[in-house]
Amino acid sequence: MGDLTIMGGQAAERQKRRFTRKHLRYYGVVLAFLSPWLIGFLTFYLYPTLASLYFSFTHYDLLTSPRWVGLANYRFMFTDPQFWQSLRNTLWMVVFATPIQIAFAIGCALVLTRVKRGAGVFRTIFFVPTMVPAVAATLGFVFLLNPEGPIDRVLALLHVPQPLWFQQPFWAKPGLLLLGMWGIGNTMIIFLAALLDVPKELYEAADIEGAGPWQRFRNVTLPMISPVIFFALVTGVIYGFQYFTEGYVASGGDPNTLGSPQGSLLFYGIWLYQQGFQYFHMGYASAMAWVLFLIIMVTTLLLIRSSSRWVHYQGGFQ
Amino acid sequence: MGSLPGRLPIATVTAPSAKPRVDVTPRRLPPHIRRRRFLLFVANHSVALTLAIVFLMPFVVVFLTALMSRQQALSTRYWPHPFVWSNFLHISNFLPILRDGWNSTVYAVLSSVGVVVSSVPVAYALSRMRWRGRQIVFILVLSTLMLPDQVTSVPLYVIFVRFHWIGTLKPLIVPNFLGDAFSIFLLRQFFMTIPEELADAARVDGAGDFRILTRVVIPLAKPALAAVALFQFLYAWNDFYYPLLYAGNNPKTVTLAVGLSQLLSSVYVHFGVAWNILMAGSVIFMAPVILIFFLAQRAFIEGVTLTGIKG
Repeated sequence: MGDLTIMGGQAAERQKRRFTRKHLRYYGVVLAFLSPWLIGFLTFYLYPTLASLYFSFTHYDLLTSPRWVGLANYRFMFTDPQFWQSLRNTLWMVVFATPIQIAFAIGCALVLTRVKRGAGVFRTIFFVPTMVPAVAATLGFVFLLNPEGPIDRVLALLHVPQPLWFQQPFWAKPGLLLLGMWGIGNTMIIFLAALLDVPKELYEAADIEGAGPWQRFRNVTLPMISPVIFFALVTGVIYGFQYFTEGYVASGGDPNTLGSPQGSLLFYGIWLYQQGFQYFHMGYASAMAWVLFLIIMVTTLLLIRSSSRWVHYQGGFQ
Repeated sequence: MGSLPGRLPIATVTAPSAKPRVDVTPRRLPPHIRRRRFLLFVANHSVALTLAIVFLMPFVVVFLTALMSRQQALSTRYWPHPFVWSNFLHISNFLPILRDGWNSTVYAVLSSVGVVVSSVPVAYALSRMRWRGRQIVFILVLSTLMLPDQVTSVPLYVIFVRFHWIGTLKPLIVPNFLGDAFSIFLLRQFFMTIPEELADAARVDGAGDFRILTRVVIPLAKPALAAVALFQFLYAWNDFYYPLLYAGNNPKTVTLAVGLSQLLSSVYVHFGVAWNILMAGSVIFMAPVILIFFLAQRAFIEGVTLTGIKG
């Protein structure tokens, strides 16, 4: 009897060991499959993130090793006029340009839902500009909006004052806004899909209630597409804070003229680039990067928290 | 504005015709409604047409300017006379367009290959295999998407300096062979939709996960793989920030995006404004992208919709 229990015990043990070995092998496969991302995550995300946090408390110029300076970089930001200018310029893009572009994208999508002839052609034409690489699109607009360029010539024909656009501080950012509106295709397509998904019974119900076109848009369309508006706002704001390429090219594409005219195109990303990669103030650039990260996080969280008040998920309707 | 939006134009016909009258053709609407509807049709289409012209205008103007002589481009002319097609050849006097284009192509092609090869197994482990901590890893993958490029780019620059990779294309290409969060996410979403029964059938035949991945999942996921490769290709072709940072200081590794951006200032300084050359450069730079778009248009618009809503 004793033998029997011992043998039983051994068999169970063997069974268990085989199970764990199989288990181990399974986890080995998982690990092997994950390994590219794991290595990438450690070397290209985790390490740089921690290193940049450390650099932000140091003075580092790449030539000598980092020297701990505590909060000096963060304190310097408060007294750096160009930091504040770049933040103001960036906020202009986030607060004005992003919502205007989203509204324009909704407008274009609405127009597409009403077109009955050649809908596919119109959709393609509205979408194509979004495909144009940022550098090429910006160069195109630098030409279109140059003081002797086509747009100002048309404005002259109409006897409308002609701004100097990228050569005049007040009009440089509106020039970039126009460029952004030209390339709303991506956002527009998402809105178009959302608009086509609105159940038409809702519009019929609104008609029976005697709602006019504006009321129908305000009380049916807007709530129904609010999840997409929310998505577009969050991604637009995150993108807006990191605005770089268009500003770089529109201010001349030359390291010596970055931010011109008169700093009106000095965006946060551009000032950070100059500090880090032109003056090699790696510590200050890292501190700026972390402040940017915090600003983006806080804004996104605020948007998410506000969303319960204005974003309606379709479940609530049915 | 009166008609109902929606993909079914028939929806408008259900408007109640209040007057009860004997009508031989009940589908024919009263004239005032028909007139109203016709006016609406005209109004909607003229708005769409105006917008279409606005969207197309920059393309037309840029292209026509690329075909003008320098004096014409500076004049009030709208139509090139004569057509100066040689601008597209002439541009190499201002910008080593073949070399820059080659660099952009190398970056775009190799990084696309890298992203697909490295993201597929990761996406497989995150969708078709069960293990503890899977959810946490997935959240980690997504969290890297939220990190601004600026945070990592400074220490990465330091790393690449140590590796002597600055001024080469390596910093642009190598990281893409170590998984890309957006592609992993997109592929995972697609892999989730493949029915479990197909994998089970292979498992009964004694296939391991590697075999299931290569023989079952990848053949079924070809459209998703193509989409991921395409997105990465376009991203790399258009990319400006990283090529400027890591490869922009060496004339031999400048990509087309960076070279073109420098053309603006060099053209100003040395030659006066040669808009025709600048616009020819823009046309050359955007041509491959536009071409790809028209070849893969449907996949594209659907892909954007998919990632947009899911992401």
